[in-house]
Amino acid sequence: MSSAGRPTMTYREALRAALREALREDERVFLMGEDVGAYGGCFAVSLGLLEEFGPERIRDTPLSESAFVGAGIGAAVAGLRPIVEIMTVNFSLLALDQILNNAASLLHMSGGQFNVPLVIRMTTGAGRQLAAQHSHSLEGWYAHIPGLRVVAPATVADARGMLRPALDDPDPVLFFEHGSLYNTSGPLEEDPAPVDLDHAAVRRPGGDVTLVTYGGSLPPTLEAADHLAAGGVDAEVIDLRTLRPLDDATIMDSVRRTHRVVVVDEGWRSGSLSAEVSARITEQAMYDLDGPVERVCSAEVPLPYAQHLEEAALPRPDRIVAAARRLLE
Amino acid sequence: MTRARRSAPASAPAAAHDHRLGLLRTMILVRRFEERCAELYSATRIRGFLHLCVGEEAVAAGVLGCLGADDTVVSTYRDHGHAIARGVPLDSLMAEMFGRVTGCSRGRGGSMHLFDRATNFLGGNAIVAGGLPLALGVALADHLRGDRRITTCFIGDGAVAEGEFHESLNLAALWHLPLLVVCENNQYAMGTALRHEHARTDLALRASSYGVAAWAVDGMDVLAVEGAARLAIEQIHGGAGPHFLEMRTYRFRAHSMYDPDRYRDKAEIAAWKTRDPIDHLIGLLRAEDRLTDDVLARIESEIDTLLEAAVTTAEAAPLEPVADLTRFTTSERGGTP
Ligand SMILES: Cc1ncc(C[n+]2csc(CCOP(=O)(O)OP(=O)(O)O)c2C)c(N)n1
Repeated sequence: MSSAGRPTMTYREALRAALREALREDERVFLMGEDVGAYGGCFAVSLGLLEEFGPERIRDTPLSESAFVGAGIGAAVAGLRPIVEIMTVNFSLLALDQILNNAASLLHMSGGQFNVPLVIRMTTGAGRQLAAQHSHSLEGWYAHIPGLRVVAPATVADARGMLRPALDDPDPVLFFEHGSLYNTSGPLEEDPAPVDLDHAAVRRPGGDVTLVTYGGSLPPTLEAADHLAAGGVDAEVIDLRTLRPLDDATIMDSVRRTHRVVVVDEGWRSGSLSAEVSARITEQAMYDLDGPVERVCSAEVPLPYAQHLEEAALPRPDRIVAAARRLLE
Repeated sequence: MTRARRSAPASAPAAAHDHRLGLLRTMILVRRFEERCAELYSATRIRGFLHLCVGEEAVAAGVLGCLGADDTVVSTYRDHGHAIARGVPLDSLMAEMFGRVTGCSRGRGGSMHLFDRATNFLGGNAIVAGGLPLALGVALADHLRGDRRITTCFIGDGAVAEGEFHESLNLAALWHLPLLVVCENNQYAMGTALRHEHARTDLALRASSYGVAAWAVDGMDVLAVEGAARLAIEQIHGGAGPHFLEMRTYRFRAHSMYDPDRYRDKAEIAAWKTRDPIDHLIGLLRAEDRLTDDVLARIESEIDTLLEAAVTTAEAAPLEPVADLTRFTTSERGGTP
């Protein structure tokens, strides 16, 4: 039990609880992906669900990303509410055609006739020494695509509360789970309210500098904010939650109060989500800025295996603190 | 193929005759529609990529006539014939060619992306093999609900070389889905001949290696097409799982309006043209003394009138206002950006 007297649970358990609830409440919902059934999910998210819901609804698929993601799209068009799990964002590239050319495009190409109420869950991010082919943060690429909603729960409560609104969305939602978050834990309401997917969350209010981040970068950013606080700097931390569409209002409101921004994004800097956020700030709030928008991103290398190299490539708290300090000098 | 032939409809002669006239009418409608499109294209009144199925009409007419209204159809960029044979309203098809708001996809799809919810026509898909996983999913949904529907997915011979073909057939067989894959083997993937695109050119054999029931059919004979489709559908309804029909056919025109068609032998084209599916059926009906010049002329003039009306209304139809450009990017709901 947490100090507030609420139960604590892990991010993984929160996701599982959300899946279980969705499967119980709506018979149109089913989960499909590689090893989601007998194995329990490659990150153990769906552990136990096969026993509870059976192999039709907890559906193991062959190694066929394109076919089973496409099948999810078809099933969604045909009135079901599939949740498709792809092991990692790297492998989603094998289904990119289906995601971009079908899921994101069918509604528009059909002049509004065929919508795709599908949720695709996948792991993203580094930090577990899995090297380049299992570590990338490509959600920013997906955030480039009109027709998709892209969400990234960063907290246990969001892991629990984002699935339902994602399933209620009439359009395809990509649901990014950062691999380093699964074992994090936090307090959770017994029956939490669904998360508002249209708005970013202010995770820590502050008046001196705005730190904009999302997903797996939230914990290091909050850690950086603590360091800054110890040095007398009051940082506001914004968790984007939804990467597409971006909640400009919450970002600009903060910028107009703090006048300084650091964007923290585990994606590569060039052509990244951080670039988009920075550009929007320039477009909408440039004259409120006291200095250029700082960005803390991953080094522009395929993510390396060796721990020290991986560590050096990622936006760690010290780099975030340094960026904020540069702005305050 | 012999199996397929044997299953051709054994209805009463008069009804069978009317039925065959219906098939003939559909094929002629498809051909005239496409010829009209080619003219409009050359006159730059319609634009974009235009892929015609002239020569392949028997496949569309023969297969789609066997489907129920609830069944779903997934097509390719060569989709006019499928849409017409499916019964997508002609006016809305022509309006789509002109990019009008009254088009079946509100002018957003064009020739390659004809969609029609009312007839469960789930679109022309312009990614080779891209429609297969989609069709798989619709079939899965029907299967899970216990619906007596089937999903038909059209592909070309080129699609058989894509990974998605193999992933999808494996899954369809594994899950025993009510899926009918109709491969229009017109012998070419753009300019690449079958023997240059496939190590094994027997496509039905390749499908059957996944445990999918698969036959090769004479795609120039609409009755053979229909017989095979009917049998496949019957078996799918009987619980036999997915079926694959390789329709051996030929496109008389180039791949698209941009294609100078340098890769085909004139003699080869001429040889296939002697097997024109429309002439073939006309010959059959005449041999049975069942088709007069009068009846044929009536069909032609009626189609002519329909097409002229469709062109006239399409050209007069409004365009979607540019202010609505981003509509249908995401679903419309109150207040959300
Ligand atoms: C994935 C993909 N690769 C390439 C193309 C370009 N392309 C369009 S049609 C075509 C040929 C396809 O041939 P086939 O499947 O036999 O169909 P057909 O045109 O003969 O009906 C190609 C290569 C495409 N649309 N999609």
